[in-house]
Amino acid sequence: MNPALGSARTAARADRARSRAGPDTAGYPVTVPDRFGETRDACETDGMDIVHRNNVTVTGNPRGRTVVLAHGFGCDQNMWRLTVPALAGEYRVVLFDHVGSGRSDPSAFSEDRYASLEGYAEDVAEICEALDLRDAVFVGHSVSAMIGVLAAGRVPERIGALVMVAPSPRYIDEDGYRGGFSVEDIDELLESLESNYLGWSAAMAPVIMGNAERPELGEELKNSFCATDPDMARVFARTTFLSDSRGDLGSVRVPTLVLECAQDAIAPREVGAFVHRAIPGSALVTLDATGHCPHLSAPEATNEAILDFLAVSR
Amino acid sequence: MMCRTGQRPDPHGAGGEQAPDAAFAALLEDSAEELYESAPCGYLSTLMDGTIAKINATLLGWLGREREAVVGRMRFADLLTVGGKLYHETHFAPLLRMQGEVSGIALEIRQADGARMPVLISSAVKYGDTGEPLLIRTTVFDARDRRAYEEELLRGRKAAEEAQRRAEADRARLQDALAVLQQSLLPDTLPPVPGVETAAYYHTASPDRLGGDFYDVFPVDGKRFAFFLGDVCGKGPEAAAVTSLTRYTLRAAAVHDPGPVSALSTLNKVLHERYTGSGDPRYCTAVFGTVEPHPTTGQAAVRLASGGHPPALVLRADGTAEFLPTPGGLLVGILPAADFVTATTVLSPGDTLLLYTDGLTEARTGRDRRGLYGDEALLAFAAGQAGKPPRDVVRALTELLRGFGDGLDDDTALLALGVPAPAPRQDRAR
Repeated sequence: MNPALGSARTAARADRARSRAGPDTAGYPVTVPDRFGETRDACETDGMDIVHRNNVTVTGNPRGRTVVLAHGFGCDQNMWRLTVPALAGEYRVVLFDHVGSGRSDPSAFSEDRYASLEGYAEDVAEICEALDLRDAVFVGHSVSAMIGVLAAGRVPERIGALVMVAPSPRYIDEDGYRGGFSVEDIDELLESLESNYLGWSAAMAPVIMGNAERPELGEELKNSFCATDPDMARVFARTTFLSDSRGDLGSVRVPTLVLECAQDAIAPREVGAFVHRAIPGSALVTLDATGHCPHLSAPEATNEAILDFLAVSR
Repeated sequence: MMCRTGQRPDPHGAGGEQAPDAAFAALLEDSAEELYESAPCGYLSTLMDGTIAKINATLLGWLGREREAVVGRMRFADLLTVGGKLYHETHFAPLLRMQGEVSGIALEIRQADGARMPVLISSAVKYGDTGEPLLIRTTVFDARDRRAYEEELLRGRKAAEEAQRRAEADRARLQDALAVLQQSLLPDTLPPVPGVETAAYYHTASPDRLGGDFYDVFPVDGKRFAFFLGDVCGKGPEAAAVTSLTRYTLRAAAVHDPGPVSALSTLNKVLHERYTGSGDPRYCTAVFGTVEPHPTTGQAAVRLASGGHPPALVLRADGTAEFLPTPGGLLVGILPAADFVTATTVLSPGDTLLLYTDGLTEARTGRDRRGLYGDEALLAFAAGQAGKPPRDVVRALTELLRGFGDGLDDDTALLALGVPAPAPRQDRAR
C-alpha cells in the first residue's frame, strides 16, 4: 500500500465542483478515434458484436494506458462525463453500457445471464478481449466495482489495477455484517422502479437504444440516461442488491484503490472499511462528498484521487 | 363556421363590477411568502449535498414535523422511504446532476408517525452567475389518489398479462390437440396408386382448422383402390365430429364390400341411426368410388356413386371436360333407406377425374360478392385444364380459389385422380 494515497490531500471539498455539472454539458461527444479502426481490424468478428452489444466507446490518448470506466446500477456511461476530460489527455479511455442499460443492445439481454454478477463480469472480460486490452485499469462505480473484481479474476493479464468507487460487496444486513439494507428495502426499490419508467417507454425505446452515435440529447430525450426497459432494470436491481460478493474480495491480486464518500446512503463508511480490509494491500480514500455518485457530485476530488492512483499503480 | 360580429355580453358586466374587484384586491394581499408557505404543494430548497435549507408549511404538515427538526438537520433523501432513498441515489440524484432538472418522479415520503405518503417530486438546480450549482429547488405534490389509481392500473395490467400468458398456454395446448384431431379427419398424404396419379387440396374456413369436408384414398384389395370426397352439413367442430364418423364408416364399409352403392348405404344407415332423434339431425353429401387400373392397357376403370353430391368432372386428354351424371342420389343420412345409383367411366392416359365440394361452385364472385361461381364456369375452367396431370389441375384450381379471396367462405375439398399420359405421346401431340 502506498501511504501517500490515504493522505488528507485527497479529501478535496465537494463544493469545488465546477460548473461542468451544469446542464449545458449534457451529452458530451464521446468520439471514437481513428485508431479504433485498427483495433477493430484486429478483433475477431464477434469482437465487433461485443462492441455493439455493450455500446463500447473509446476516446482519449491512444498511446496512453487504458482506463475502463464502468457505470453502476441506474444510469449509463454518461455518468463518467466529468471524469473523461480529466483522464483523456494522458490515458486511453474505454466506456461502455452494461447490457440492459443505456444504449446496449436490448436483444442481448438474458434474464439468466444477468441474474448473477458473473454474467456482467463475463461481458467485461469479453470487452477486454475484443479490444485486446493489456494491463488496463478498471474503474467501477458501485456494483461495477464488484463486477471488476470478478472480471480481473477471469482475465488477469488484461486488468492490471482496480479502482472501486463507492463499492459494496453486500447490501443486505446479516449477523455481524451491516450492509445498510434489508430485503424489504430492496423490494421497495423495485416498487420505485415500477412506478418510474423515466424516459423509457416502448415507443421511445428504439430512439433511445437504437442510435449508436449519441446525438445531442433533445428535450424529448430527457431522462434517457437512466432510461431502461423496466423488466431489465428489475433484473439488474435484484442482481445488484441481493448478491453477496464478500467472499470474492480476498481474491484480488492487483493494486486496488477503494474510493468511498464521507456520506453515502448506499455504501456507508463501514462497508468501505470492510472492502479495504478484505482486499490485501488496497488503498482507501475517503472523499469529502455526499451521495453515492462522487464522480458527479465531487468530480474534481474524485478525478484527483483516480489520477493519483493511476500515477503510482503502473 | 361561426363568426361573432356582434357585441358579446361581458360575463363580468354591469352590476357585478364591485364584487370581482374586491376579490381581486384580496388576492393581491396574498403575499408571495403566504403563497409559498400555504401553497397546495410542498416546497423545499436544499444545498447541493441535500441538506434542507428551506421548507414550506404545507410539506411540514404532510411530514408531521417541526421546522426546527428539519431545516439544517435533515437531507432530502432522509424524507424518503429506504427503497425511495436507493432510487434517489441511483437515478434521481445522478439525473439531476446531469440534466439540471428532474420532473414527475413518483416516490413516497415518510411521515413522522411512520406512515408513508405517495408524492410526485420535481427538482431543478439553481446555478450561480458563473454556472456553478448553488442549490436544488424541489416541488412535492400529493399523489395519494393518483398512486392508488396507478396501482389499480398496474394490478389490472399484471392480471391481464397473467391472463394472456395462461390464454397463450391454453391456446398452444388446444392447437396441439386440434392438430391431432385434424389428422384423424384427413389423410396426411395420399397412398401411391399404381398406374394412377392423385392430388388433393383442402381449405378450411374455420380458424381452428376443423372442417366439414373430407376425402380419402385407400386400397381395398389387390386390384382396386377406393376413394371418397364429401361434405357434412355445417362447419367447425360439430361438423368435424360427423366428418370423423363418416370417414371411418366409409373405410370400414369398404372392407366388407367396396361397391360404391353398398358403402354409401352403410353410411346412410349409420348416420341416420346416430343422429335421428338426437335433436340435431346430421347428414352429408358424398361421392364414393373405386378405381381399378388395368395392368396392360394403361386405362383405369372407375365406378362411383353419389349421395346428393355435385357431379364429378372428367377431364379428357383431348381437351374436353364433362360432368359424370350420378342421378337420383339422396343426401346421406336423412332417410332410413336411400337409393344410390352406380355410374362408371374409364380413364384413358391423360384423363383426370375431379371431385370437389360446393365450396368451389358456391364461392361468391363479382365485385359485390353476390354471384356464385357455378357449374358452368367450373366446367369451362376444367376444359381449360383438360389433358393436364392431376397435380397441375389441382394447382390451377387452388389458384382459382385463392383468387376468390373472401368470396370463399366455406370449406372446400378437391380430389383428382388421373392416368398419366405417356411422355412420347405428349410429345407427338405438340
